[in-house]
Amino acid sequence: RGVPPPARYGGRHTVTLIPGDGIGPELANHVRELFWFCCVPVDFELVNVDSSLTAEDDINNAIMSIRRNGVALKGNLETNHNLPPSYKSRNNLLRTSLDLYANVMHCQSLPGVKTRHRNIDIMIIRENTEGEYSSLEHESVPGVVECLKIITRVNSLRIADFAFQTARQNGRRRITAVHKANIMKLGDGLFLECCKEVASGYPDIAFDTLIVDNATMQLVSRPQQFDMMLMPNLYGNVVSNVCAGLVGGPGLVPGANHGEHYALFEAGTRNTGRSIANRNSANPTAMLLASCLLLDHLKLPAYAHMIRRATLSTVTETRMHTADLGGQASTSDVIKSIRNAIQSTGPLTQSI
Amino acid sequence: VAMAGNAWRSMIHTVTMIPGDGIGPEISSAVMKIFEAAKAPIQWEERNVTAIKGPGGKWMIPPDAKESMDQSKIGLKGPLKTPIAAGHPSMNLLLRKTFDLYANVRPCVSIEGYKTPYTDVNLVTIRENTEGEYSGIEHVIVDGVVQSIKLITEDASRRIAEYAFEYARNNQRSSVTAVHKANIMRMSDGLFLRKCREVAETYKDIKFTEMYLDTVCLNMVQDPTQFDVLVMPNLYGDILSDLCAGLIGGLGVTPSGNIGANGVAIFESVHGTAPDIAGLDMANPTALLLSAVMMLRHMGLHEYGKKIETACFDTIRDKKVLTKDLGGNSKCSEFTADICRRVVDMD
Repeated sequence: RGVPPPARYGGRHTVTLIPGDGIGPELANHVRELFWFCCVPVDFELVNVDSSLTAEDDINNAIMSIRRNGVALKGNLETNHNLPPSYKSRNNLLRTSLDLYANVMHCQSLPGVKTRHRNIDIMIIRENTEGEYSSLEHESVPGVVECLKIITRVNSLRIADFAFQTARQNGRRRITAVHKANIMKLGDGLFLECCKEVASGYPDIAFDTLIVDNATMQLVSRPQQFDMMLMPNLYGNVVSNVCAGLVGGPGLVPGANHGEHYALFEAGTRNTGRSIANRNSANPTAMLLASCLLLDHLKLPAYAHMIRRATLSTVTETRMHTADLGGQASTSDVIKSIRNAIQSTGPLTQSI
Repeated sequence: VAMAGNAWRSMIHTVTMIPGDGIGPEISSAVMKIFEAAKAPIQWEERNVTAIKGPGGKWMIPPDAKESMDQSKIGLKGPLKTPIAAGHPSMNLLLRKTFDLYANVRPCVSIEGYKTPYTDVNLVTIRENTEGEYSGIEHVIVDGVVQSIKLITEDASRRIAEYAFEYARNNQRSSVTAVHKANIMRMSDGLFLRKCREVAETYKDIKFTEMYLDTVCLNMVQDPTQFDVLVMPNLYGDILSDLCAGLIGGLGVTPSGNIGANGVAIFESVHGTAPDIAGLDMANPTALLLSAVMMLRHMGLHEYGKKIETACFDTIRDKKVLTKDLGGNSKCSEFTADICRRVVDMD
């Protein structure tokens, strides 16, 4: 797991870059420029996906590119939910085709970011390919729609195993599985069973369970009680958005999607930010931190550390905040601040 | 009931009271004491709803309970024990099916005096309560593969949407937001959305918006003041209504109402039976009391509702006789007596 693609052409990695919609393209540009500025040995293969087209050629090209490169960075692709079911979410297609079964989001309170709760440090592991996102729906009788939620033993064991291994690697002491097995006895019951089975093989890590509605209630009152949370797809959607909101919003938290063979990095809460697109006001933090996760994955820790430290210090020390954090800085103000931070402490960079 | 306002207000209304289990009886009696002090025109008919096996072998609620509810149309219910015995259905589920309680309504308003990190919360979650992900239809397809079916129908979606807009109108709320995940669940949530949009057309005075479930969650924990009335299918409603309850202080202070077909409405506290403190005069009756206030408003008895609610909030704000869960050291009876005193003083 997590074997990076072999470096080609003299130690440089090729990474697929899908700008996406809304604020995606401008943020993707910032990442590219910053990587160039830092002399990061990564070449981006730009793959545009036009989400307004009903044909799936673009997304298939993207999938092929990722199969080739093994790793990708992406912005969110808009899904027009008024189109018929034949038009599938491009983001979901990527995840399922590449079997990116594990979504990881690390939500941490940052000093200098004003939030109602402090000292939050939660790692969320979300099953990323099945559950409610199986896209299996039919209208059995006019006016009656059935939507199938699929839970399998194989995928539940797999995600649980991923969680426990990740917990060990990151010094996490406790995993809480989130479910609704009191109502969905078979589906979530199976998921829980698999989690318990895997947990028994990791006696060093504590394991408990929590019903999803109680989990959200606990999160808004005492989020500090959680360490790592593990759950099926839909609850993962809810919990990760709640946690991201608690630590400061969608502009701050990066997300990683891992599969057996591929890895895909993006902003954690997967927002398009359509209303603030092209206004130079988006918060680039989440995307930049995602690019650092990418660099970690490519085993380029020095570059990852350099960019991450500069990005975080801009938020926490310099307190250069965009509108979403209550500030008045523009995206380019923030980028400039990050470049300055890198320039002053990092290795030789391109001249500003 | 087509009765002139004054006549309606001076009539004595019968309400079916279901005390429930655990702390149920003591918080119910607290509510009844407060209503008496407020001289509310309510006559309580106590009933037990523990399931019994009917003639056909089917589980049902006792006939006298059903009769009382069918007559009075209004119920107030304390927490019910979850039965462990196999075959015995969930009591809440049985009530829901018996009276076709299709809408679960939870107004979430920040309680001044009970501090949480969130102030100024003032929203209402309206949850479709009969279908969706809770249809209970699950199959093992092959060993290790389970399928749970989420059912969305045109009729149930239309009905809940209509209720939501009607509620908004009757309670002077300005907007209704449909919460969905139609980007992923295109057909099911898409159908739900379409029905909401159709109903919105006939309520032009109410603003209608749509928002993804994840966006609602993300925004709710950052700024809950942007939300007004939220309408959604069963599972999202379950999660969001509890999330919102968490914002204002938890299930111990959150009211809830269930609206059924044929004019039936059952208001309830949604916390547990708290067996560890049952009978010790330690329980907090706020949730049941606020549900009873919701009930009074539903019945058009707004002045009594306002009076009792104000007394309750004043007692909490005063902080002198709070129960343990609210951070105090007082007994349930002392808390209740304080509210009664305030209610009497208001007259």
